[in-house]
Amino acid sequence: MISLNWVKDYVDLTNEDLEELAVKVTKAGVNVEKVINNRISNLVIGKIVACEPHPNSDHLKICTVDIGSEKLQIVCGAPNAREGIKVIVALPGAVLPGDFEIKVGKIRDVESNGMLCALFELGLEEKTDENYAKGIHEVGEEVEIGLDANIYLNNDDVLYELDVHKHRNNDCYYHIGFAYEIACILNKKVTLPPIAHQEIAEKVNDNIQVTVDTALCPYYSAKMVRDVEIKESPDFIKQRLINAGMRPINNVVDISNYVMLEFGQPLHFFDKDYLGDTIVVRQAHDQEKIITLDKQERVLTKNDIVITDGQKPVCIAGVMGGENTEVLPTTKNILIESAIFDAVAIRNTASRLNLKSEASIRYGKGLNYEYTNMAIERACYLLEKYADAKVLSGTVIYDKVDKTDKVVKFQTAGINKILGINLNDEDVKTELNRLDFPYQYKDKTFTVTIPKRRLDIDANINDIAEEIGRLYGYHNLVSTLPTGATRQGKYIGDVKIRKETSKRLRTLGLNECKTYTLVSPEMADLFKYEQKENVVLPNPMSSDKSLVRTTIIPSLLNVYEYNTARNVKNIMLYEISKTYDVNFQEDLKVAILMKGSYLTNDWQRMNLSVDFYLIKGVIENLLDYLGFKNRYSFVKSEIANLHPGISVQVLVDREPIGIIGKIHPNLKKADIYVAELSLTSLYQKSTKPLKFKSASKYPEIIKDMAFVVDNEIDSETIKNVIKKEGGRILASVEVFDLYPNYSEGKKSIAFKLVFKDENKTLVDNEVMEIFNKIINKVTTTLPAILRDK
Amino acid sequence: MDDIKNLQKEILSQLENTQSLKEVLDLKQNYMSKKGPVSNLTNKLKDLPVEEKKVFGAALNTFKQELEEAFKKKITYFEELEINEKLKAEEIDISLPATKLTNGSPNILEKIIEEVESVFMSMGYDVVDGPEIEEDHYNFELLNIPKGHPARDAQDTFYIKNEDYLLRSQTSPVQARVMLASGGDKPIRMICPGKTYRRDADDATHSHQFMQIEGLLVDKNVSLSDLKGTFDVIAKKLFGEDIETRFRPSYYQFTEPSVETDISCFACKGKGCSLCKNTGWITVSGAGIVHPNVLRNCGYDPEIWTGFAFGFGAERLAMLKYGINDIRTFYQTDLREIDAFDRLED
Repeated sequence: MISLNWVKDYVDLTNEDLEELAVKVTKAGVNVEKVINNRISNLVIGKIVACEPHPNSDHLKICTVDIGSEKLQIVCGAPNAREGIKVIVALPGAVLPGDFEIKVGKIRDVESNGMLCALFELGLEEKTDENYAKGIHEVGEEVEIGLDANIYLNNDDVLYELDVHKHRNNDCYYHIGFAYEIACILNKKVTLPPIAHQEIAEKVNDNIQVTVDTALCPYYSAKMVRDVEIKESPDFIKQRLINAGMRPINNVVDISNYVMLEFGQPLHFFDKDYLGDTIVVRQAHDQEKIITLDKQERVLTKNDIVITDGQKPVCIAGVMGGENTEVLPTTKNILIESAIFDAVAIRNTASRLNLKSEASIRYGKGLNYEYTNMAIERACYLLEKYADAKVLSGTVIYDKVDKTDKVVKFQTAGINKILGINLNDEDVKTELNRLDFPYQYKDKTFTVTIPKRRLDIDANINDIAEEIGRLYGYHNLVSTLPTGATRQGKYIGDVKIRKETSKRLRTLGLNECKTYTLVSPEMADLFKYEQKENVVLPNPMSSDKSLVRTTIIPSLLNVYEYNTARNVKNIMLYEISKTYDVNFQEDLKVAILMKGSYLTNDWQRMNLSVDFYLIKGVIENLLDYLGFKNRYSFVKSEIANLHPGISVQVLVDREPIGIIGKIHPNLKKADIYVAELSLTSLYQKSTKPLKFKSASKYPEIIKDMAFVVDNEIDSETIKNVIKKEGGRILASVEVFDLYPNYSEGKKSIAFKLVFKDENKTLVDNEVMEIFNKIINKVTTTLPAILRDK
Repeated sequence: MDDIKNLQKEILSQLENTQSLKEVLDLKQNYMSKKGPVSNLTNKLKDLPVEEKKVFGAALNTFKQELEEAFKKKITYFEELEINEKLKAEEIDISLPATKLTNGSPNILEKIIEEVESVFMSMGYDVVDGPEIEEDHYNFELLNIPKGHPARDAQDTFYIKNEDYLLRSQTSPVQARVMLASGGDKPIRMICPGKTYRRDADDATHSHQFMQIEGLLVDKNVSLSDLKGTFDVIAKKLFGEDIETRFRPSYYQFTEPSVETDISCFACKGKGCSLCKNTGWITVSGAGIVHPNVLRNCGYDPEIWTGFAFGFGAERLAMLKYGINDIRTFYQTDLREIDAFDRLED
């Protein structure tokens, strides 16, 4: 939260429309989420010049109030309303907190032209019984009648609520930083606040010795003050802290916060009398303990930075002070710390201890040592002025900060190239001046030194282009398209097979799912049809999302459950997703789940229910589409949690690439069929280029044959014998009829054989010869009998 | 001659009285078969004297032709009658319900992604994907996000092993992989839609798994204005030709300058409504000029090459476009909800 009244101390905002300024600030890169104006209009200082009892009430009074321009009759119920006091008057039209609008009205038949206000009614105090009993607020005699009461109340501030979430620099976190932002937008200059103060003869160096024993503290400075008088802060400090969202405590604590909100530099105040004369900054020992200001015992690790008195920790650096050196109302002598700690270390400590504070946030963003210096001086200035402190001379400084300037050399053309705009050198000079970036210009080349306060800017032309671009205004960019040579884009790698599989399955009436990659151990164990172990997350958010799945089928079962619970009857699903095994081996898979009716027409009593052969048909259709016609086969295979008699491995070129099966009734009662194929395996196989083949000019001869075989012999076995014996002229073999239990334990199975020769008309004799050979082969190699016609 | 006339009269009168196609065919069979009355007349012909033969023959021919004609007519009549009756009988109630085929709806995120892909492919961008279990090196280091960088805090990541492997927290590592594979001397146009993971508790607006659509263009003369023009194309395709676009400064570690890209609110036409939180604008993506460090890390010389990169959240696009309020919608697959998405869209 930024107070614009505060910003006004550093940059001239006279006559600026602060709503409009907020828009400009947003366009230049810092998002002003909300402009809060707590000013109440029609609020003036008045004086009660007469006060009579109300004729129809035992507690109301009729007051005549002089507001300078006129005298108003106002009915008031406050016990302290009386002639002669100055009060805050809400005139008709004023809107008080809670959307309470003041209107001219009658109170028990007496006209009232406004309201005399208590502070809680203006939202400046909490509404408590105590505050209520105080009655209306009495204004000091010296305050002028007719004055805008907002000025008297210091209630004329405008606050910007910033979206600091992304902002890279810490300049949203302190008023001087924000003042620089506004100054460059408005092309004005920043004036820094006064820091000059008196120093007594006694030296800090005689009172404290500082040793820094860790690389995580590049800068540590300390000053000391004596004889502070701890009391309430002056109103402006309290008001500004409140507006920035901090609670005033006492003048000393408030000053440390005030300086932090000015310079972005957190300070820490130690009670010098409890600290002793030594400071050692080091990394904590594992299991080292400290009781912090909030009276909690904190257990530290070696990654935390601590301030110690040479023995025990007195502060968790950058995060929270220790109780043992806390500034109390009795404190007289203070050691002021202004330091820089490693941003990553502070962030880690604050988040591990769950102690994100205003200070730790600022340390975590990184700090500018110039302000570290100024802030300690500013604190001394304020302590001297508002806490009667005597400042000891000198500063103890440990300084290992790299002060190398960041310098960027560039030409205007480079900026134009990045932004796609057309500035000239003079324009760039103007922008650099606005940014207050010192530069040299020679031979059309700029040499810019990045100010230390801009920790976020690196020494490259893109960073300068960004600064110039945001001032130029991205809304002023003209849209162009890249000019480089191009061609139609392609799907690279296995993206194409994924897209094509998806396209075909949707066409076949399956709905696409997307489920979570992370699954529970129970889900992961359901269908282990491959020898794959799961990746287990070392720190999962919850156990139901703790493993990386190797198969999608359990997730589809969940989608099935979800829809069944919502009374959806026919559920046709597929999902394509990457899966991983414990060695991070990737396998892109497609899973299918089908249940219910695939095709229905109730009034015609038509119902094609999903069964094994339908899902097998879907798989065949997909494999044919992907170019694997005649290259796949299916072998029975027992798979955990699938029906032992209805589960197969799908082979392409005799290699397993997936499974089809029915969910085991122990797992789900319903008739649910599932399949899963490895698209990675399919992608790795090549397919033949598509070629036209003209239909045969010669007629085909069709013959049927039927065999009686044991129920256990599957059709594929017989078919394979037929195919092999049929040779070149046997174009196709298909099962066209089946009688299960034709006789005890046997079935009858009939095949349709199509004979065709690409080069000549077949003669019946020729076909019959082969036909008989086939029958002979089948009946001699298999326990099969030819069934009589 | 009278024989002909009598026979003609007899046949025609009988033909006149036929009631069905069968009767006609029977009649024809009776009279016109080889031994039937008409053949008998023809047989008579050979016994006649030459002059008579000529006259009688001509008359007989005419008679036969007329007879054929008459039968043909009658047959056609009955055939038509029959087919009309058949058609009448086959008439159905066309209002009865059709045979239902199951729906094949896309996942809504995939639908949005396919739409975005088709626009970018037409502009020459390849569609690439990369591993979801990714190395820290690609996911962060190459992208100018070293260990300890605050940008890592914002992307609370699922680490898998020793902080070297992770579930990718963004699809940007695919860009790094493509740049490295391209060898630093060829222009690149690519998008990489895909799944990403962050440690967020699932609720209406957060999902530990989500989808990004990131894109990258690297060439010798690429500017922020080119990015603006490219963004215009995709924004108008997704949200309508009449929307406006704007860029606002932003910050991402792998781009410099960085922008947030807004579209004018399509719901209120920029007047201000709850969708755009009364601003008239909706942020739809983040983008920027590829940071020189990233180019350098991935084998491209930033003195020669420039590029832009952009990233959309597929969920956000879909939620905006179709008015979806709960991000879990995409991962639940309620068939009653996605039914409607099995259709074309302009």
